[in-house]
Parts: sequence; C-alpha cells; structure tokens
Amino acid sequence: MNSLNRVILFGATSAIAEQTARQLVAQGASLYCVGRNRDKLMALIDDLKVRASDQQQIDGCVADLTDSDQHARLIDAGERALGGIDGVLIAHGTLPDQQACQADVDKTRQEIETNALSVISLLTLLANRLEQQQHGVIAVISSVAGDRGRQSNYVYGAAKGMVTLFLQGLRNRLAKASVDVVTIKPGFVDTPMTAELDKGGPLWAKPEQIATGIIKAMQKGKGEVYLPWFWWGIMLIIKHIPEAIFKRMSL
Amino acid sequence: MTAPRSWNRLPRVAPDAVHALTQRSAGVPDSLPRPLLAYGSGRSYGDVCLTEQGTLLLTRGLDRFIEFDPQRGVLRCESGVTLAEILALVVPQGWFLPSTPGTRLATVGGAVANDVHGKNHHAVGSFGHHVRALEVWRSDGSVIVCRPEDDNGWFSATIGGLGLTGLIRWVELQLMPIQNPWMWVESQRFANLDEFWALNRRAEARWPYTVAWIDCLAKGKAQGRGILLAGQHAASQAEFPAFKEGGKRIPVDPPFSLVNGLSLRAFNTLYYRQSVKPQGTLTHYVPYFYPLDAIQDWNRIYGRRGFYQYQCVIPPREAEAATAALLDTIARRGEGSFLAVLKTFGTKPSLGMLSFPRPGTTLALDFPNRGNKTLRLLEELDAIVREAGGTLYPGKDARMPASLFQSGYPQWEAFSDYIDPGFSSRFWQRVTS
Repeated sequence: MNSLNRVILFGATSAIAEQTARQLVAQGASLYCVGRNRDKLMALIDDLKVRASDQQQIDGCVADLTDSDQHARLIDAGERALGGIDGVLIAHGTLPDQQACQADVDKTRQEIETNALSVISLLTLLANRLEQQQHGVIAVISSVAGDRGRQSNYVYGAAKGMVTLFLQGLRNRLAKASVDVVTIKPGFVDTPMTAELDKGGPLWAKPEQIATGIIKAMQKGKGEVYLPWFWWGIMLIIKHIPEAIFKRMSL
Repeated sequence: MTAPRSWNRLPRVAPDAVHALTQRSAGVPDSLPRPLLAYGSGRSYGDVCLTEQGTLLLTRGLDRFIEFDPQRGVLRCESGVTLAEILALVVPQGWFLPSTPGTRLATVGGAVANDVHGKNHHAVGSFGHHVRALEVWRSDGSVIVCRPEDDNGWFSATIGGLGLTGLIRWVELQLMPIQNPWMWVESQRFANLDEFWALNRRAEARWPYTVAWIDCLAKGKAQGRGILLAGQHAASQAEFPAFKEGGKRIPVDPPFSLVNGLSLRAFNTLYYRQSVKPQGTLTHYVPYFYPLDAIQDWNRIYGRRGFYQYQCVIPPREAEAATAALLDTIARRGEGSFLAVLKTFGTKPSLGMLSFPRPGTTLALDFPNRGNKTLRLLEELDAIVREAGGTLYPGKDARMPASLFQSGYPQWEAFSDYIDPGFSSRFWQRVTS
C-alpha cells in the first residue's frame, strides 16, 4: 500500500481532482494544488483548509501548465511546502472541439500540447525525482478515448493515447525503483467539462465515484484502471472490433 | 435532460434552460434566457423552486466551505452546501445547526430563502435568526452583502425571500455548541387534542425541542391523539450507544400511491400504539432530526402523480378551534398523511418580510395527489385557515390561491421592491397575478 500523506495535484480545480482532494484531506493528507484559474484555486484551497486539521498542510499556486518551463519550479514548490512527495495526480486537460480541430491544425497542436505534451513534461521531471527517492506513486487521468481513435473525438483520443502509451513505458521503467505509475481511464463523467453533453443513461458517473477509484488505485499501485470498472468490458469490445468494420461505424 | 422537480413531484414544469453553477465568483452568462431562479437540492415542495420560462440555476456545484472558526462556531460556506455536509464538518468539532428543518439534504441557500424552522422554534426562532451575513448576486452584475444589522431592507427581504432577491452565493452562520452528537429524548402519548395542548405547554417550557406526531384519521374523543417528542442535546457522559446509519431506499416509482385509506389507518394506529419512553432515551441526532432522510427517495411512495404537502400556521387565539376543525375535515374525508406534524411556534418575530414562522400553531400533512378530489379538500382546509387568520408555507405549496398568500403575507408588496428584475418563480407568478 502506498501512503498518500503528501500529494501534489496538477489541474486541482478540475471536478475529479477537487473531489479527490476532498477525500484525501478527509483521510489526513497534506496537499499542494496547482490550478490555472486564480478564483477557482483560491476557493478550492479555502474549502480544503476548512476540511483539514491543524496538522495538515494545504497549499498551492496558480500556473498555466502548458508553460513547461514552469514545471520544475512547481514541483520544487510542492515538495518544499509538503516536506516531500508521496503521490502526484495529474488531472489537467481540455475537451477539444473536434470540428474546430479538423478545420485548423493549430488548434489540434494546441490540444495535443495541453492534453499530452505538458503531461509528458511533468512526468519526465517527476519520474526522475521519484526514481531517486525510490518510493511514491504517480497517477494520470487519461481517458477511454485514448484506447481507440474514433471520428467524433480523435484529436482528444490521440493526445490521451499518447499519454497512455507513455505511461506504460514509464511504469515499466519505474517498477525497479518501487515507484508506481497509475493510468486512470474514466468513461463519461458528469463534470463542467462535459456540461454540453446530454447526461442521460446509466454510463454517466459522478466525480466523487471516480475520485474514490483514483485514491484506491493509487494506494494499491495499480497499473491501468477503468473507472467505473465496467468500461474495461466496453473498451475490450471496442478495441477488438476489426478495423475493416470499425472504420464504417459512427462512434 | 429531464426537468428538475420539487420534492412532492408536482407541478411538472420545465424551464427553457438549465445551467449548473460551479464557481461562486462567476456570474451567469448573458446568453441564458431570463428570468433566472436558483434550484438547490429540490427539497422544497411545489413551485417555489421552479420556473416555466427562463433558466434554472443549479446551485449544488457551489458546495465549498469558505471559512470556519472552530473557537467561535462561525461558518461561512457557499449556498449549495447541504445541511448534511455542514453537520459532517462541525458536529465532530462540537457545533450544531441552531435551527434545522426535517431534512438535512436541503442546501443552505434554500434554508435561507425559505427561512426554514425546526422543532426548537419556540426556543431559538428560525434559520434566519442565525445568519450573520450573506451575499446576493444581482442579475445586473452587482453584488450585495447583507447583515441583520443593516437598515436597508436587503437582509429582511432575502431571509425567507424565496430566492427572488437574486442568487444567494454564500452564507455565514452562527452555530450552536454541543457536547456530543446525541440527543436525550422523552416521548409521551396523548389521547386527544386537549391533552396535547396541556402537554405541549409543559414540554415547551422545559425542552428546547418539541414536536408532536398525530394520527390525523382519529375521530371523536380520540381526535388529535398522538405522540409528543421532547428533546435536548445530551450532556457529556462516559458512554453512548452504538450508532450506524442505514441505507434504505424506495427503488422504483409505483404506478399508484401506496398511501391509501387502509395503509394509512394501519400505520397511524401502529404508530400511536408504539411504546413510549416518558423516562427518556438517548438517540443519535441523525434519526432524531431526520427520520425520513433514512429512506432515500421516500417521495416515491406517493406514486407518479406525486402529492401535496399542506402546512399552515394558525394564530394563537384561534389555534385550538381551527386545529380541531382542520382535523375534523380531514378525518371525515378519510384522506390524509402518514402522521401529521403538530407544533407551536414561539414568539420571536421572524426577520424576513416573507417568513412563514410566526406565533401560533403549525400543522403539516401530506396528501397523495388524487386530482380534483384532493384539491377540493385542500380548499376546504384553506377556508378554515383563512377564517382563523392563518396562512400557508410557500416552501411547501403548489396551489394556494393568491388571496390567501396576500392576506397571510401583508408585506408582499413592500417585498416586491427588492425582487431582482431578472429573477422569478412559478410560485411568485401564481400568487401575485
């Protein structure tokens, strides 16, 4: 079991990360929260401070994570504030407008920058640091969309797919250093990011449920986790549809 | 998406748009159709939280704490935080909500907007008496921070203001100290209304919390028979019983109401005959204050057609006669609820211009929706209430006539000056047109 006493959250104001933060605080953790929007981040930190005991440290800073020059400084600041790192959750991301990306490669580049390259930059720095200290867990929120490219959102899917694959290699490398690398693959989650979509049907999960799954997976040091679990089965089928048939489907 | 509903599941009306708020400092996009109305947990009844035009603003995403001073018991939080979430935070630190309604699933914003009351109204007043400050966002983009000591009217308009003065974004509460999560509760049976009045007077003088459950179907000499529960927060002691919350729920919508003459009579009789504990017993605060929260989706037992809640207040002078007349009418029709709730309010004047609690007796009942038959019965009850100079609770109303609202809330016209021009509700349109 990995202990999660000192955790850095990147993209802390995302709905899933916020719920994860609340549950970690309830379990006694100290947190360092990085978010892009100042008002949202301050509201989050105030809330976590009210929930925390005097022994817990709650801190954070505003940063735009697409600026990878900042990453080393942010990790340093987090480590200093917490007095060490047991776990990291990388949760930032955007849901691109697929149509807009198809019309403009700059938009596509930007989305890949946010959803993949900035994550890889953070991971490179974090991996070296945790490898050295020989313990810890890194979790990243990827997506079921990264399992197979589909016409409706393949730019997002490609970025998440890159992250998923990168994490596979990293997990393989860091196993020797007793550092766990966890890939989180949520399905549909009812968050502001998906506010525009129709939330009907049983497939939609609440951020609280996903948060509980993330914390369990981090503590147990799991590899790839579908949340909720049934997406494992759904994606198993989707991944195995022969390409000749898949290319004609409208998914 | 399916339109949000109120707790009694009627009326069924849909707004033009629904917008989930997640950030308290953000406004509401201009692109959303007006008028606006806040919708929290949907625990009020009727149409006070519904609109047929414009945009319903979902406030449950505003669920953050802002500041808590555990020494002084002062909590500031966003308006979409539920009372349950507050209790989970503050009870372990020795604090409690000084006033709480019968569900802890309501939001703080909703508790303010309806100026809810609890079993201890006679001792501490209503929810609004414990609000130190609140912030209202107006649809012109301005923001007003209101405090009870202000003399500009915004505080008294917003307490019990049915969410019409703008969007309540945060609330600061003064909590009440407690020693532990347990209640000391005495229960006593009374055979009829006369016994109730006498017993209740004695209980209110001694206990901060009192409420009576009555069998509204009992007639004649047994009219108004029931059980009075008197409680107080338990003092420090070495040992408490074990407590574990259960998780029962009503899993499906029955096609018709499970509440009918037969089930009612059986239930009410059994309830009345339960063993009482005049010597007192320890009860955890959750089942004491929130017995119905233990059954998730209990509103489903009334079937798809929903139900009407009827809660009135009768001024002290008329209380005994009017209560008897109300119970007569209900028993004669054989309609009525699992248990009616009977309680007297104290004399502490409410702070809100439209607050429901006022000196007198309040009776609350649920009636399964049987269409016109039910509406006719409720009109008969209206006549008794009107005659006695009483009124109904907007937070639990789906049908009261405009005249009954206006006679019961004489400040409604003065209140109108404080309404945000970008806000409205189906309730308000109904009772002022």
